[in-house]
Amino acid sequence: MSGIQESIVIRTVVRIMVPFIQIFALYVIMHGASGPGGGFQGGVIFGAGIILYAMIYGHKEGKQRMSDKLNRILSSSGVAIFAVTGISCLVFGGMFLQYGVVPLLPDNPAVVSRLLIDVVEIGIGITVLAVMISLFFDVSPPETDEEELPASEEAGQ
Amino acid sequence: MIWILDITLLLFLVVCAIAAISIKDLLSAVIILSAYSLIMAIVWVEMQSVDVGFTEAAVGAGITTVLFIATLARTEGRSED
Repeated sequence: MSGIQESIVIRTVVRIMVPFIQIFALYVIMHGASGPGGGFQGGVIFGAGIILYAMIYGHKEGKQRMSDKLNRILSSSGVAIFAVTGISCLVFGGMFLQYGVVPLLPDNPAVVSRLLIDVVEIGIGITVLAVMISLFFDVSPPETDEEELPASEEAGQ
Repeated sequence: MIWILDITLLLFLVVCAIAAISIKDLLSAVIILSAYSLIMAIVWVEMQSVDVGFTEAAVGAGITTVLFIATLARTEGRSED
């Protein structure tokens, strides 16, 4: 494991690739209503980007970006976004998640519906990404302190 | 529908499934399961179900493999039976 983590090629490639993975995840989330994709898939891809970072740069670096507290806040706030959107439809007299009744734009309920579908997808995505990352942090083995560099690798080069 | 492609993919699928449950080394089994998921994703897309294929590729071949390997790192990695 430490041999992989020391490799400069892998570290550089991961550092360059993670922003693109995250942009792609946002694209998947936002196009969930009109094409393939959606909140779940986008959240999984976003989480996979951060898991990749945490795998290569180590748990400590990963937890600096995505601490347990932040994970907890995100995983519950995504559910809250979903619930608030659904219940606000109830408040305005419709069914649960019947977006058209929310009077954001009273003359154009179709636009409101499309907007609120995106809000719900974002909520799902936030929850899924936080749960995936916390699953990885819980399941993967705790790191040993890497004070000894493998000497054979140095000699091999 | 290209039926030769379908038959080939399903054949690979069966071979991967049998190999994944019969192999003793658990790391190899996880990697074969990941290959199974990837082929399954291609089969879903071939059956015009892009959304399910997307999920299969992201969850089955991506996250599940990572979680399995992370779990294997805590065990001895060989099956007894």
